[in-house]
Amino acid sequence: MKPRHKRFAFIGLGLLVLGVATVLILNAFQSNLVFFFTPTQVAGGEAPHGRSFRIGGMVEDGSLVRENDGLTVHFIVTDTAKRVPVTYKGILPDLFKEGKGAVAQGQLGVDGTFVASEVLAKHDENYMPPEAADALAKAKASGAQQSKSLVVPDGRKGSL
Amino acid sequence: MSVNWSKYSAPQAFYPLAGRLIPWFAVVAVALMGVGLYMGFFVAPTDFQQGESYRIIFVHVPAAWMSMFLYVVMAVWAGIGLGLNARLSFMMAQAIAPTGAMFTFLALLTGAMWGKPTWGAWWVWDARLTSELILLFQYAGVMLLRTSIDDLRRADRSSAVFALVGVVNVPIIYYSVQWWNTLHQGASVSMSTGSKMAATMLMAMLIMTIAFWLYSIAVILARVRCIVVERDSLPVWDERSAVSQEVVEVR
Repeated sequence: MKPRHKRFAFIGLGLLVLGVATVLILNAFQSNLVFFFTPTQVAGGEAPHGRSFRIGGMVEDGSLVRENDGLTVHFIVTDTAKRVPVTYKGILPDLFKEGKGAVAQGQLGVDGTFVASEVLAKHDENYMPPEAADALAKAKASGAQQSKSLVVPDGRKGSL
Repeated sequence: MSVNWSKYSAPQAFYPLAGRLIPWFAVVAVALMGVGLYMGFFVAPTDFQQGESYRIIFVHVPAAWMSMFLYVVMAVWAGIGLGLNARLSFMMAQAIAPTGAMFTFLALLTGAMWGKPTWGAWWVWDARLTSELILLFQYAGVMLLRTSIDDLRRADRSSAVFALVGVVNVPIIYYSVQWWNTLHQGASVSMSTGSKMAATMLMAMLIMTIAFWLYSIAVILARVRCIVVERDSLPVWDERSAVSQEVVEVR
């Protein structure tokens, strides 16, 4: 083995050890690296108690209710398995919509309502012109009637 | 006709070659940037959710890709430098760092400008944003470490080790959106699942990426030339005499 082969082997070995160490460290800190908790995690007691954390998921369709003061809003964050009601007083981001992702920061009250101090919209990775989105929505609407029988039964959904 | 490529590993031979290549890369980069920006701003359609604000991706995504790609290239040159004790490899690594840092900063800046109207926040501490910020600090660390050591050989070797160690962060940045819950959305374009964008949007973004790539090559080659002159304490070489000297050698 020439000296330069030795040096390259040493570099390769070093990177390998470093990679393994990184994987182990990241696994150990898994729970500290998440930006938000899902409603299922909150229901399972994985979210911190008594202090502020973030909850993320879809804003359930038809759940957004605005109070008469125009600032206080109620909505439900869901991951299709569990639902958490959220109360927030303030201005919502422009892209906050029912059926889209959102992340809320705040505390979980004793009654199970999440009182948010900040709400962020979580954007998805789809980019398309409005016409294409309309066409997709139409196709989905016509397809929904046919595929209704394929949807997981409600009873099983609740047990997830 | 065979070309003896290994001769270009000598800084003296590489210097005139780089000088001849720079204008080509620079001209094509500027032209593609013009085409890419025109397509991005005038040809690509409006997005169905974000309206016009999404157009920042034509700068943001290519910049973020280049920031990661350049770090890997820098680490590879650093590794070759350590393995072969090749001076030019260290010079390449040194020349890449500022351009990589610039693209990292650009990605963070444009991301913040996009985040405010889209998410409702300039900055959040999620895994994607934080690891990209760490990448900026890594570039700064590589540059600072080099300038803080006077002995050139030691400076080269220590900053090369620093660059190599830091390469673990690149896969973390790339996969952060898959491994953990993040506010940053997943990849719109990926090798495995294809593209989730309209075709013209994707085209404009890819043209911008190639433009940024060629720009990086041009700027890095120009910087390597400066480093060669600086390190060898030579006056700026006359291009023609260097080339003619080469011709004489070949004969």
